[in-house]
Amino acid sequence: MAYYQNIFSEVQVRPISPDLGIPVDSNKRWGTPFNSYLFGLIGNAQVGPIYIGYLGALSFACGLIAFEIIGLNMWASVNWDPIQFVRQLPWLALEPPRPQYGLRVLPPLAEGGWWLIAGFFLTASVLLWWLRLFRRAKALGLGYHVPWAFASAIWLFLVLGFIRPVLMGSWSEAVPFGIFPHLDWTAAFSLRYGNLFYNPFHMLSIVFLYGSTLLFAMHGGTILAVSRFGGEREIDQIVDRGTATERAALFWRWTMGFNATMESVHRWAWWFAVLTTLTGGIGILLTGTVVDNWYLWAVKHGVAPSYPQVYPPVIDPLSVSPTTIPGGAP
Amino acid sequence: MKTFFTVLGASIAFFLTVAMVGLTDWDRPPLAVHQNGFRGTAMAQVHTREGVEETKAANLAPAPADPAEPGEELAGTTYENVQVLKNVSVNEFNRLMASMTEWVSPEQGCTYCHNTENMADDSLYQKKVARRMLQMTQHINSSWKDNHVGGAGVTCYTCHRGQPVPANIWFTQPGPNRPGGFIARNNGQNMAAPSVGLASLPYDTLTEYLADKNIDNNAIRVNATTALPTTKGKPIQDAEKTYGLMIHMSEGLGVNCTFCHNTRAISNWSQSTPQRTTAWHGIRMVRDINGNYLEPLLSTFPPNRLGALGDVPKVNCTTCHNGVSKPLNGAHVIDAYPELAKSTETASAADPKAPETTAPMQQPVPAPQ
Repeated sequence: MAYYQNIFSEVQVRPISPDLGIPVDSNKRWGTPFNSYLFGLIGNAQVGPIYIGYLGALSFACGLIAFEIIGLNMWASVNWDPIQFVRQLPWLALEPPRPQYGLRVLPPLAEGGWWLIAGFFLTASVLLWWLRLFRRAKALGLGYHVPWAFASAIWLFLVLGFIRPVLMGSWSEAVPFGIFPHLDWTAAFSLRYGNLFYNPFHMLSIVFLYGSTLLFAMHGGTILAVSRFGGEREIDQIVDRGTATERAALFWRWTMGFNATMESVHRWAWWFAVLTTLTGGIGILLTGTVVDNWYLWAVKHGVAPSYPQVYPPVIDPLSVSPTTIPGGAP
Repeated sequence: MKTFFTVLGASIAFFLTVAMVGLTDWDRPPLAVHQNGFRGTAMAQVHTREGVEETKAANLAPAPADPAEPGEELAGTTYENVQVLKNVSVNEFNRLMASMTEWVSPEQGCTYCHNTENMADDSLYQKKVARRMLQMTQHINSSWKDNHVGGAGVTCYTCHRGQPVPANIWFTQPGPNRPGGFIARNNGQNMAAPSVGLASLPYDTLTEYLADKNIDNNAIRVNATTALPTTKGKPIQDAEKTYGLMIHMSEGLGVNCTFCHNTRAISNWSQSTPQRTTAWHGIRMVRDINGNYLEPLLSTFPPNRLGALGDVPKVNCTTCHNGVSKPLNGAHVIDAYPELAKSTETASAADPKAPETTAPMQQPVPAPQ
């Protein structure tokens, strides 16, 4: 008897003939299925066949167009030098239009037009993929938990790149496509709007994000730990408790006085994950549109504490004698 | 198969570990942490003890030259073509010239600036630049004494450190050479510029904020001053530029953000440290130096001393500070050279009774708890 106690799965199920699952209405699948040792380490050893469908094909095509526009513009920005492209890749970006273009639908390509086109295709790709998830879930007779969770992530994506810029009246408020540039944008965004840590929806989002990782570790750890008692059959055990469920429940009830059930732990995890981006999106949406300086907002509402002064009063030199100081016009 | 992947996985893990340990810039303990704000605000300067010793050793002020013999004879009347140090005694003048050689051109000697056949000759551009730099030094030590340099003052050595061209000068960044046409522009950022700490922040933020002496005093400020929006605020791109400038200041002074700011409310003055006021004036001083002393030398410098865009070499915070919050470890370098502390072009200005002793610059005594 092999146990699920390694980092990687010890047990690889390799069907003699490929498992094609239940028959469904639209059943066009592509590719010859095969077994892979590497995939078996982290999941099912059988790869394929995959359902593509017109939504999947369109989504992939749109995603590829966006990827190419972003990648080729990045490559062009190092003068088509392949070595520099690899070397500088983390720094390169496709930047949104400058503020003077406002919400113009298509500024010149060099002035942010490419960013809008890439954004359009990326958004189309993501939305088509959502539709595809929804229809596949329906075809299999599943609930829509996965598409709705994905929708929550799309909400944050749309707020950052579309809804908030529209409300602010300028595409320049959106995020650049780039590895370091989007991180620097994030830091600058917090600096510009007076410290995002005082944004209550940012606080909630962090709670749910870190909470998600904690729940994931607790749940994954619990199930692996009781797998020797059949705990991996957790869905069965929602209604038909076995010794694995009993022991897992007791473990948590002993250690913290309360335990989730085989069913509720999945609702905990789902809601934590969904609320991360849902609250995060609300927080971003309010920034700049409704609140301009989160620190001052927090002071106004008694959120930010005040600390004792340790220095003599420091006052803004510009408020003292702006005209007499050289090196700048008032 | 299984063995192959085990070996492959282990080797990748091994090499990644080696790369992580060997290629990154680690700070080895023990650390020297100096708290400079109220407890709980995370205001502290963090250095390695080793690094503190190294920077200290690298920023030692040179010993001043032996005092000059007193004398009534003035350089302006004894020597030809003395324009700036006219009202300095001949002995003091010669002592300063010797010191300047030590500070700026110890290897090249007097001939770096002077035609030794005729010391009054202005044919070398270096001499004309040196003359302007003398005026600049006197200006910094007098006009910026109260607000920035304090009693420490500056000499040529503060920036030059024994080199004819200071190590930390800068030019306007032309940006990467890139195809034009419909290729997306880079918005002046995304190229790992050293001036912004190799971030992807705007790479030419110094030109905008430090080279223009007439810039709007509010240009660097991007934060809203009210909780809720009242007017159209500044774009995030401006915040990135300010962020880039602040990274430059932080790197140049070898401090982190909390040296000046309480980062929970970075624009708030009442929660800032007194150093922020000094730094605020420092930004104005740099603009003053670049705009009034270096830009006018454009036609004096030969082309090989100019930047890629034909602009003059300029100063920033690092030029003097060289990685420490007080240049040359805060040594009062000006005490031994009173002639550099004020203008000596007119007799009235050159009162030989210098050095005057005024109250030292406000020395913040941190009272962290």
